[in-house]
Amino acid sequence: MAYEIVIGLETHVELSTKSKLFCSCGGHSEANEPNDCVCPACCGMPGMLPVVNKQAIELAVKAGLMLNCKINQYTTFDKKSYYYPDLPAAYQTTQWFNPICVEGLVDVETSIGISKIGIKQIHVEEDAGKLVHTNDSSLVDYNRTSVPLIEIVTKPDFRSAEEVISYLKTLKSKLQFAGISECEEGAMRCDINISVRPEGSDILGVRTEIKNMSSLTSIEEAINKEAIRHIDALERRTEVLVQETRRWDDVKKRTFPMRNKETAADYRYFPDPNVMPVVIDDKWLQEIKDSMPKTIDEQVERYMALGLSQREAAAIVSEPILIELLDDMVSKDIDVKAAAGWILTDYLGILKKNNIQAKDIALDGEKLAWIIKTAQSGEITRNTGKTVLSAVILENADPKTYCEQNNLMVKTDLDLIKKVVVKAIEANPKAVEDYKAGKEKALLAIFGFAMRELRGAGSPDLIRQILLESLAE
Amino acid sequence: MKYISVMDKKGNIAVDDNILVKDVLSTAGSHILDGFTPLFSAEAVTRLENKGYKISGKANVGEFGLDLLGETSYYGALAEDGKIKNAAAQVVASGEVEAALCVDLGGSPRRAAAVENVTFLKPTYSTVSRYGVIACMCSAEQIGVMAKDAKKVAEVMSVIAGHDDKDGTSDPKEAYDYSLTEDIKGKKACIIKELLDAADDAVKVKVLAYKKKLEALGITVEEVSFGLIPAAQSAWQILLSAETCNNLSKFDGVKYGYRTSNFKNIDDIYVNTRTEGLGLLAKSVILYGSDVLSKGRYEVCYDKAMRVRRVVTESFKKIFENYDLVLSPATSTDSYAQYDLNDAFDKVFSESKYTVLASLSGTPALVTSGIQLLADAFNENILLSAANAVEEV
Repeated sequence: MAYEIVIGLETHVELSTKSKLFCSCGGHSEANEPNDCVCPACCGMPGMLPVVNKQAIELAVKAGLMLNCKINQYTTFDKKSYYYPDLPAAYQTTQWFNPICVEGLVDVETSIGISKIGIKQIHVEEDAGKLVHTNDSSLVDYNRTSVPLIEIVTKPDFRSAEEVISYLKTLKSKLQFAGISECEEGAMRCDINISVRPEGSDILGVRTEIKNMSSLTSIEEAINKEAIRHIDALERRTEVLVQETRRWDDVKKRTFPMRNKETAADYRYFPDPNVMPVVIDDKWLQEIKDSMPKTIDEQVERYMALGLSQREAAAIVSEPILIELLDDMVSKDIDVKAAAGWILTDYLGILKKNNIQAKDIALDGEKLAWIIKTAQSGEITRNTGKTVLSAVILENADPKTYCEQNNLMVKTDLDLIKKVVVKAIEANPKAVEDYKAGKEKALLAIFGFAMRELRGAGSPDLIRQILLESLAE
Repeated sequence: MKYISVMDKKGNIAVDDNILVKDVLSTAGSHILDGFTPLFSAEAVTRLENKGYKISGKANVGEFGLDLLGETSYYGALAEDGKIKNAAAQVVASGEVEAALCVDLGGSPRRAAAVENVTFLKPTYSTVSRYGVIACMCSAEQIGVMAKDAKKVAEVMSVIAGHDDKDGTSDPKEAYDYSLTEDIKGKKACIIKELLDAADDAVKVKVLAYKKKLEALGITVEEVSFGLIPAAQSAWQILLSAETCNNLSKFDGVKYGYRTSNFKNIDDIYVNTRTEGLGLLAKSVILYGSDVLSKGRYEVCYDKAMRVRRVVTESFKKIFENYDLVLSPATSTDSYAQYDLNDAFDKVFSESKYTVLASLSGTPALVTSGIQLLADAFNENILLSAANAVEEV
């Protein structure tokens, strides 16, 4: 019998806010030492009261807008109680009754076409701290406590691991694009709800939940392995499926059930009386909408209207940092097509060759603009430009100083070029002979010699002109 | 024991031990906060200190302020001659301090003021910042002021009330003018029949004597019936227990305060710390609160209690469409004898009938001359002016 896999996802993403969800501590990324970014509030001391971070609300609304959700303009916070040392207040503030965004829809592209994935809700909540276990004790680090998260809950609309992976990639690019989350490696954590049913059936099978997955590779493996386990259980009666929470063992490549104790909690949710309901009035909602960056499609259209090809525009739009760079070049009166060429071919080429991530270096737009302009005016060659860009990226060189120090400015000194051309002719008698015998191509060898003598910094036009004149004599 | 910590023998304000003062031991009367010294002061304390008031020390309170008068404090029973005494009310009544800051959670300072015959104002919810209160029931508790007379209460209130950014529920108004001179002649008051009937004779005499004084000042006093008090008490018990259960969970022996010496793993730390560190009343409230929030019980208990709270509040506020004041007992008796503390949970909730209306609805309550005056939200001035007029007769 053919089976259909049914999957729903809950994805936790850290919001890029300046401070924590209910206090003014900075995010944990600023911390050097354990418990660097903590205050009495996020340490669970008595007497502290939560004050909602407005920026977290705005970013959550933006996430809702990116995923075509309905925004709940009246949204509330609730307490979820459980005991664990990484949860200092013994409750997590989350949104149980009135989540901020509901009923969204996102297009996901796979090899078989586009699927529509429904978003059930997005809610805001605070992260927990971290436990560090030593040989004889356990230590708690509250730097991450109360860092704002959103949890994005989909409907059970996925039918394959491929759809899930594509959704997560889409989600990541949308959240990064709108400045909602950095989505750093491992910072997107998923709980996967999975069941299988005979194809054509509309009754859901027994569902299991695989908790706390972050790597895309593991997610794909876990889904496929778990689906096979379910199908085996149904087809070959290998086991009886029960609704339970499981974990993924990345070494043994299989899921295993969590201890019952870890899942049997009754969280005793109730509305948090200290956090007043957040009312997002029409004016505030409009301000958030107006502050959204243009969507990917809008950006592609914009660049195509400026003169880029569809392929070039799509490549630029794939990374926010490239958009920023290109817009910067255009604002500096550089032709968009030329700038896109430099960015996509030279800049990305250098990064790739040296295995550097674009976000890890801050390329100064002024420097790139100088290189492009100087190459366009012929004061340096295109190739020299690439060398200089490489030095800028790898050594943070100043392009002008670098060219001068390395004698890379194009040589337009006629005497110098004449001298070099004479030398080139003398050094390549065979090529000269061939050329004179009618082999036009032989000219390249002599030209190349002259250019090398000038360390690539001769004016190609001048060299060619003088070389032709000399050979004609 | 009157003070958990003495700070300044010449100080003029006592602060209940469930209100934080920076670097001073703050136990809320509980063993589980043994040795806990906070890193910051409550906003109300800071405002008083900025105006030159001196804190005399941390007055003993019943564990987390949950009990009748203070009898459940881990740091020593207050009863001497067979009567229960409240620390803050004692130091105010004796003139050792001019005033005390007390958290009105379950009505404890109101009862204390009534039996010690001092004045206490529980102001409208949200007017005094709760920043720095060791919380139990965040949706109702308020810091109030205890003093010898209405004048002193008004003076201290005007210092501590007003918006605080650190409390998300704080009313936006920056400052309040507590006036004692509002014209009360021609105002209308009522007595809730069910509350008067429930009190003993000594209390009834006090209420009826106060009624005469109000009438002498040109206030008419009528009797009304309000049938929702038992419902209000049930809702109160559920909501107070649920919120308290949640707020006391953070006292787990991991971070500060008391930690059991008897543990092998984290579960032992939780269970033994709380078993050894919390008193019976707190445990009863926690168990009751856990139950009403649990799966399957939330809808029939907690959610229903919230709806009852709304109905009670609306009905109670309707009284103020016809009356400016409610005159009521503050307690069922004019002194509390020692009782078996195993009964504290039942005792506290049965005594709540007098204090529950103002607590559930967030409206102000003033205890004076052993009785209680209630008014609509933000109408403290009617309460203070009436009490002051009676005092000046």
